[in-house]
Amino acid sequence: MGKTITEKIFDAHLKDEPFSGTKVLALDVVMCHEITTPVAIADLQWRNKDRVFDPSKIKAVIDHVTPAKDSKSAMQGKILRDWAKRHNIRDFFDIGENGVCHAIFPEKGFIRPGNTVIMGDSHTCTHGAFGAFAAGVGTTDLEVGILKGVCAFRLPKSILVNINGKLNRGVYAKDVILEVIRRLTVNGATDHVIEFRGKTVSDMSMEERMTLCNMAIEAGGTSGLCMPDQKTVEYLWQFISNDYKDQADALADFEKWHSDPDAEYDRILEIDISDLEPVVTVGYKPDQVKKVADVSDVKIDQVYIGSCTNGRISDIREAAAIVKGTRLSSGVRGILSPATPKVYMQALKEGLIEIFMEAGYCVANPTCGACLGMSTGVLAEGEVCVSTTNRNFNGRMGKGGMVHLASPATAAASGITGHLTDPRTLIK
Amino acid sequence: MKTFGGPVLFLDRSDINTDEIIPAKYLTEVKKDALKPYLLEDLVLDGFEPDGSWRGSAKVIVTRANFGCGSSREHAPWALEVNDITCVIAENFARIFRQNMFNGGMLAIELPCEVINEIFALSKHGDIICNIDSDKKKLEFLWEGGSKKIDFDLTEFDNALVKAGGWVEFADARY
Repeated sequence: MGKTITEKIFDAHLKDEPFSGTKVLALDVVMCHEITTPVAIADLQWRNKDRVFDPSKIKAVIDHVTPAKDSKSAMQGKILRDWAKRHNIRDFFDIGENGVCHAIFPEKGFIRPGNTVIMGDSHTCTHGAFGAFAAGVGTTDLEVGILKGVCAFRLPKSILVNINGKLNRGVYAKDVILEVIRRLTVNGATDHVIEFRGKTVSDMSMEERMTLCNMAIEAGGTSGLCMPDQKTVEYLWQFISNDYKDQADALADFEKWHSDPDAEYDRILEIDISDLEPVVTVGYKPDQVKKVADVSDVKIDQVYIGSCTNGRISDIREAAAIVKGTRLSSGVRGILSPATPKVYMQALKEGLIEIFMEAGYCVANPTCGACLGMSTGVLAEGEVCVSTTNRNFNGRMGKGGMVHLASPATAAASGITGHLTDPRTLIK
Repeated sequence: MKTFGGPVLFLDRSDINTDEIIPAKYLTEVKKDALKPYLLEDLVLDGFEPDGSWRGSAKVIVTRANFGCGSSREHAPWALEVNDITCVIAENFARIFRQNMFNGGMLAIELPCEVINEIFALSKHGDIICNIDSDKKKLEFLWEGGSKKIDFDLTEFDNALVKAGGWVEFADARY
């Protein structure tokens, strides 16, 4: 019987199986941010084990609250900063060059097909877009990862989501993943990985694939994965060109990770997205998804464009195309947070930042901030936000606030009208 | 090894996420004890008093499916732990939350839906105590005038983590 990409990665990284079914994997990349890492650092110090297994495999960034908003968040940044310096962690990104972890780490070429990746952040599944097994973990798993370079998993079963059909105008990767979550439900992929395949996914850019994989966790998935292909090679080429003779050589190497044709799946979900319309969430769970057109009476107070889901340059272009030459509706606040400095600079060069500012948007620095209600756009009680982020949980962006998850295009269109708006009504 | 068992808090809802267990605005705390007053602050559940009046009276939570979904924050199990809740019994858990519980030497016990239904039905008797024997894998629910025994299962790895007191202890001894 053939193997899935996940089984191949587990086989290649298996370090120990202390009990039947418990796979302790060697880690290629351990990623750290200032919210979940400081407690691990403090615990290592308390245990007199303030060491790292390999500083070159550890990547760190201050991204959740940056610039620091108060003394406590400043201390979290300081703990991470001092630790990175103490252990000679070169890939540490501090203010001025920091960005949202799941946007900046791929941008730097840190994630390669076949890698094992952990981070103390549930959206680590994003990196599966490169054909890596990338899982969010808690602080204790992170701590052991930092110290020993290993993490224990039960081999997850695989769900194959085969997506075919041509995306309608005004419909984007975000709409596709919301539709997938609607079908799987918030618990449907627990203890599973989701393999995203099919013609639609092959046609997607790496950025779109990251949007898909980013929200695998919202269906409970351990990781989302895409098969590495020529687009993966091209995205990574500037970082790997010394390792391979040519791109064909790199592609052949990447393809060894592909799931075998006779690999076994726990579930196969076939989705034809030809008829998919722009969608939005309408409750406190990410599987509560409706057509935007059916809930267009919902008034909004804030538009938020950014995050590890939709803060990349393609997302900003998608929103800017709708925002161009318009103004935010009276009483609606707009916040744009390009996910990394590189995205921000590119948006500047293309004149996109100007488009948003002329429309009345506040352009914030790269940060996770508002997505989890920590800074840079927290909602007041009773307020409503249409957001390109990934979670609509009660209180997520501020106590008593309501979050409607949507594509950058839907978010941008809603900002113009002041209520949830199908972007197709405004696309020029 | 931690101690397990005591009065039960019933949370009759599925998909209780870690933002509800401990909101992100408290994640700038680096001391676990600081999380204590905020446990379940944003829980949306009919009849549940988020004012914390239940706090201190529970050591075991019984709930439905997919408990602990969402964010990976280990602050969620920590917020339970500093409130002396070291065991959650549910139909199933989100993977990261479940692992975080065992990684900290705590119990996340999964039971079939019909058994969870039976346990919820006990709440009609008033206050319920749950005694837990983690060695023999036995739960005993007690109320005035009655009791009910239920077996549970843990993987060998879960068991080893509970015995070792957590994953750091286990991994440090082995790798």
